[in-house]
Amino acid sequence: MKRFWKSGDPFIWLSGGALAFSLVMVAGLVILVLVNGLGSFWPSPIARLTLAGGKELMGQVAHREKIPQPGAPPGASERYRIQVRVGNRDLYGADFVWVEEVSIVRRDFPAEAVLIERQEWGNLYGFIKEVRDGDRVVARGPVDGWKGLQASLPGTTSTSKDIRRVEKKDIGAINYAQEQIRLRMKKLGMRAREVSPEMAQLQQELETLAAMYRVQEARLADLKKTPRELLVVSAVGEKEKELPLSQIVRAYQPNAMGLWAKSGLYLSKIWEFVAGEPRESNTEGGVFPAIFGTVMMVFIMSLFVSPLGVLAAFYLREYAKQGAFVSTVRIAVNNLAGVPSIVFGVFGVGFFIYLVGGSIDRLFYPEVLPTPTFGTGGILWASLTLALLTVPVVIVATEEGLAAIPGGMREASLALGATKFETTWRVVLPAVMPSILTGLILAMARAAGEVAPLMITGVVKLAPSLPIDGFWPFLHLERKFMHLGFHIYDVGFQSPNVDAARPMVYATALLLLLVVLVLNLTAILLRNRLRKKYAMAIM
Amino acid sequence: MGTRVGMAVENQTGDLPITGPPKGHEGQMAAPSGLRMQDQPVGARTVVDPMIEIRKLSLKYGAKVALEDISLDVPKHQVTAFIGPSGCGKSTLLRCLNRLNDLIDGVTITGTIRIGGTDINDPSLEITELRKRVGMVFQKSNPFPKSIYENVAYGPRIQGLQGHSTMDEIVERSLRSAALWDEVRDRLQESALSLSGGQQQRLCIARAIAVEPEVLLMDEPCSALDPIATAKIEELIAQLKKQYTIVIVTHNMQQAARVSDYTAFLYLGALVEYDLTKQIFVNPSKKQTEDYITGRFG
Repeated sequence: MKRFWKSGDPFIWLSGGALAFSLVMVAGLVILVLVNGLGSFWPSPIARLTLAGGKELMGQVAHREKIPQPGAPPGASERYRIQVRVGNRDLYGADFVWVEEVSIVRRDFPAEAVLIERQEWGNLYGFIKEVRDGDRVVARGPVDGWKGLQASLPGTTSTSKDIRRVEKKDIGAINYAQEQIRLRMKKLGMRAREVSPEMAQLQQELETLAAMYRVQEARLADLKKTPRELLVVSAVGEKEKELPLSQIVRAYQPNAMGLWAKSGLYLSKIWEFVAGEPRESNTEGGVFPAIFGTVMMVFIMSLFVSPLGVLAAFYLREYAKQGAFVSTVRIAVNNLAGVPSIVFGVFGVGFFIYLVGGSIDRLFYPEVLPTPTFGTGGILWASLTLALLTVPVVIVATEEGLAAIPGGMREASLALGATKFETTWRVVLPAVMPSILTGLILAMARAAGEVAPLMITGVVKLAPSLPIDGFWPFLHLERKFMHLGFHIYDVGFQSPNVDAARPMVYATALLLLLVVLVLNLTAILLRNRLRKKYAMAIM
Repeated sequence: MGTRVGMAVENQTGDLPITGPPKGHEGQMAAPSGLRMQDQPVGARTVVDPMIEIRKLSLKYGAKVALEDISLDVPKHQVTAFIGPSGCGKSTLLRCLNRLNDLIDGVTITGTIRIGGTDINDPSLEITELRKRVGMVFQKSNPFPKSIYENVAYGPRIQGLQGHSTMDEIVERSLRSAALWDEVRDRLQESALSLSGGQQQRLCIARAIAVEPEVLLMDEPCSALDPIATAKIEELIAQLKKQYTIVIVTHNMQQAARVSDYTAFLYLGALVEYDLTKQIFVNPSKKQTEDYITGRFG
């Protein structure tokens, strides 16, 4: 027995087991997120259920679970219930219904059943009754109606796209320009120059813009006037719904679709999720603004954290006289990494937003006050807060890299007549680059997943515009932004329709993992290239 | 002790003969013109036309004395070896010559060192200027994590040299002088760390001579190398002394005997004996020296 312990075999098993356990946990998490995240986009069939009382239900089965029977005698048959997504929230009031399996008399999958994703009110399940153009009936019945819908839907979609473009882009640009002029006029007013040639010119510009606005408005009205096509859908339970075609995001008959058609639909839904805007208080549509916000925030943070951390580490390791004080500083820096992130968030609010942002507002944007510009949460402040949060990681990694550089390398450079600065710049910095990147990778991974400090420094559940757009100065660092981590929290736990949002939570979590993975892989590839370039053996 | 004449030992290939020339053979040497009279270091050999003059040099690390009252002259275009047991201060003495000890906290140095007539501890002398004149090769080869080309070009670049063709010339000439050119000419852009240990050390030599120093300091340059690489470096040293004044620290007494013209034996921070290498190895004047080189201690 003693020999067995001495041999070291148990230790090998123990260490291997610990690793295996961690791997299983990670793999389990990834698989859970992967299956639930990717599975939710698959168009599952629409089931029509006839219940014992003659009541009919139609929708997609979302979930099946055992009914707990605490008082049941042992050996009693197990009972199950299913959760059906019946949709039609405007007709029935609730999206989801629980049904006991024993009460289901009949279950069939009618091929004509149609699923319509709408701009509002969520999914609509039913059968097409007729397609109307104004008062004229274009097609009648589930079969002809489906064909009629297919024929007229593309046109409507492009029209609604036009409408959205006019609303957002053209009118948005005019609104933006008008706002700018108004602010300039206010600025002139504050300098007591209400009557001046500039003022008159601004007034004139404003009028030009107003004229342009009227033109666009007329165009919009014209677009909206085009034949309002209606779809009449009969839903189970003797209900009927008239739906303007412009409200339809996507309509399909999952029961009639083959594998190929389903795959195509699946990909298009994933694409919508990744590249689209959110709908219905984030429970539907895409998360593109959140992806964009997350990535941009991480980039801005890296921009601040790398020089700050690297310079601090260089001073600590290369210039400062090593002693008790420097050791204290080093310990303090390490401890800073353990401070709860919400504390950094509070600091960000107090220092960056109120103090720095407030001062910027008073100095540079007095005409907008009392509406804050930088004096409120924004992507810049959130990024800076995260930069503070992650700076210890960069400092520690860089310092370790510096310590690992052989002293002989510095001496060789000095012996060639280089100054200390030249040595640092030309020899030490390139050699420590891989370590700096390691620190940055860790910092980015931490920042991308952080939520708590962001909630109070600039993340919102729905941002009206991205921090980068076509209006000068193109980069709007003061804007609030969306973030995948916060999106998960918001959709999963703050949403009024939790059941409908559950797939979104998994999908968003998966996306967040992917974003972190991509950011890290990029940095790791960069680091490995650097390492290979210099064939660094030790570092 | 009379004024002696610096001599080159024409003995690059093999060991010294066991039975050396009789004492007083230096008298056969002709005194060259331009002979300079110096303050004669007591108890050590003086040389004509010295490149480095060390006078009453003492060095303390805090309270610990590392070098004590050392005076010696290093002749120009000769190889001078510092030998002695570990901790005797030979490396410290070497590092005084390019003031690399300045990096260490708590070092106090007294005495003077003149290289080419300039006092190197003169506060008005830029330390970087000194180090350009005094190159150094270290015990552990320490190429920069850069390409072979960039390693050699580093010194000239630091001195502000630009222009591709000049740099190419310098790199080629330095690598040729370090007998490395033929081995690396096709892979100048590869990492210097891909070279073998011996090649790395020769690259370090090339890097040191790329700035055309007057003096080349070598701190046990072969201690980490195998016999073949060592032989190559020793051959190189014999070549390089035509252009450079070389000071080499070595543990290996055979090596000192093979490559050097003059040898200084240090013990416990003091200079015990300094003379022509032949003289030291064949007929040392001090008992301590004889004990050390015959292997009775150290």
